[in-house]
Amino acid sequence: MEILDILISASFWAAAIRIATPLILATMGELICERAGVLNLGIEGIMVAGAFAGWMAVYSGTGLWVGVAVAMVVGMGFGLLHSVLTVPFGLSQHVVGLGVTLLATSSTYYAYRLALPQVTSPPKIDAFQPYEIPVLSEIPLLGQALFSQTPFTYLAFILVGLTSVMLYRTPLGLAMRAAGESPAAVAAQGLSVTAIRMGAVIVGSGFMAMGGAFLTMSAFDSFFFEMVNGRGWICIALVVFGSWMPGKALLGAVLFAAFDALQIRVQQTGFGADIPYQIFLMAPYILSIAALVLVSRRAQVPAALMVPFNKGER
Amino acid sequence: MRRWPMRLEPIANPSFARSITPPVLAIIATVVIASLLAMLAGANPFSVLGLILKGAFGSQFALLETLNRATPLIFTGLAIAVAFRAKFWNIGAEAQLYAGALVTVVLGTGALAWPGLALIPALAMGAVLAGAVVLLVPAILKTRFGVDEVVTTLLFNFIFLLFISMLLEGPLKDPMGMGWPKSARLIPEARLPRIVDGLRLHWGFALSILCALAVWVIQTRSTLGYEMRAVGLNREAAAFAGIPVNTVLVKTALLSGGLAALAGFSEVAGLKGSLTLDLSPGFGYTGIIVAMLALLNPLGVIVSALFVAGIFVGADSMSRAAGVPTYLADMMLATALLLMVLAILLTRFRVVRD
Repeated sequence: MEILDILISASFWAAAIRIATPLILATMGELICERAGVLNLGIEGIMVAGAFAGWMAVYSGTGLWVGVAVAMVVGMGFGLLHSVLTVPFGLSQHVVGLGVTLLATSSTYYAYRLALPQVTSPPKIDAFQPYEIPVLSEIPLLGQALFSQTPFTYLAFILVGLTSVMLYRTPLGLAMRAAGESPAAVAAQGLSVTAIRMGAVIVGSGFMAMGGAFLTMSAFDSFFFEMVNGRGWICIALVVFGSWMPGKALLGAVLFAAFDALQIRVQQTGFGADIPYQIFLMAPYILSIAALVLVSRRAQVPAALMVPFNKGER
Repeated sequence: MRRWPMRLEPIANPSFARSITPPVLAIIATVVIASLLAMLAGANPFSVLGLILKGAFGSQFALLETLNRATPLIFTGLAIAVAFRAKFWNIGAEAQLYAGALVTVVLGTGALAWPGLALIPALAMGAVLAGAVVLLVPAILKTRFGVDEVVTTLLFNFIFLLFISMLLEGPLKDPMGMGWPKSARLIPEARLPRIVDGLRLHWGFALSILCALAVWVIQTRSTLGYEMRAVGLNREAAAFAGIPVNTVLVKTALLSGGLAALAGFSEVAGLKGSLTLDLSPGFGYTGIIVAMLALLNPLGVIVSALFVAGIFVGADSMSRAAGVPTYLADMMLATALLLMVLAILLTRFRVVRD
């Protein structure tokens, strides 16, 4: 059975983890925003901006990690814009989010055209290379899948751990979760709901931009238009699928990526050659919708998600 | 995390100056930002703005081009305005547009050999039905399974475009198309005629204006319009008042999807004559900006669609003349959108120190 052979090959799982990494980073970013009560539909555009900013920084001569930081800062800038409009001013999170996506995308393309007016094909950079972690990468299957990735992927997994610890083990995390569940209680404690929510959106947007940067700096080594291609929207589905919990969301991202890696491989088998390739490309999106149908009924949505909080009202 | 130093306070009776100043400032700020961006590209901001205006409205050709570009935007803008009014977040107008275009092509390339007066209305009806059905799926997923329609409608755009791509490389592929993924051309009876002979403007534009009027009548003069508004204002209160919220949401979705599909019908039957994958350069998404700038008012949609189309058409010709990338148009619109929603808020609230 061809599909079974694929599923037990280490290269398949290595590809799955690689495909999952940008989703993991951006999903953590969205999760942080939503846990504090703000839906961030700027995600798609912020990923585009991050992909360009990190790549452009490295192309202009900075180191790879500086590039990651630049992407993050650019993402945080868009996060600041989003959060100012949605939190203290309480504007529609749908409209502002889509506006931020449009602004981030168009300004990225504008900047690309200004920075590289002449080129027909975008230049390449020396991207992150796989680093085999000593000893661990020797483990059969798991070693090649998990511990022979680029350092950017390791960073993504570390950030999931940090996010989880921050959310569930620190006073800041408690305040953030409370801001998304019952902001009035946070305000009664003398804390500023506005500051907590803004901070969450800014940091979360930084994560999203890093997810985008992974595409240009680790998965590939160049920037293309349309390269984010709906990944941001899929991350919004992954947050719901993961019931707003970092661990489950991580699992969802890996499952999703495994499915994506599988469809690429099945396309090349004898059985897949007879099916239009568009069916395979559709599959991840259909899978996302199917997953949402399965979990939405019993999902634990943060109670105050998308509900603006204005001190004057209570 | 100290106390936040500002809060919003409602203004009881906003003065005329209060309700006009913020939007005017928003427009001025958008123009200033666009000028700065043009300067970044090494161009003279005044000539760039002048070129955009001239390219959009400066000649009969430019004006007709703008009206043609505004036509699909009026349809998608109406689709969004109807849906957002009921707080049904249809971000999938792009998919519904292609659904309408698909039906137009399937029925209009020879399957129905009727005279134009019968065929064209049939194609339009078919398109409306297709768009409505496409949006019905997310609407039912929302009302039945509680699945957020933002995500489903967004993902449907990707699914549907791949579906169209599959058809254009398969059963719908034009054998005469030199290998391009392109459908066969509509039969002459299926083409929307021009409003005035010799002027490049088709009846799709007139249809879009009619639709705007019809939506305005529905919203202001019908029970459904009242119910959609009530559902949008407060879903719980509407349910408490005995309004069947889910039914209203489904009706809203049918209306919204049908309107967006007419954009696809009018582009194929009025302008392009066949279906390709680049039929819409994002009309479905731009419809959101059109609707928001119109404050979700159906008659306002006509004005804001003309404005948005003018910026796009003007930026195209400006880009050729001044060498500033056309993405300036998208940046201007995104800036206008964000500043305008803020400005509208500031007509009703004042910021006070806390």
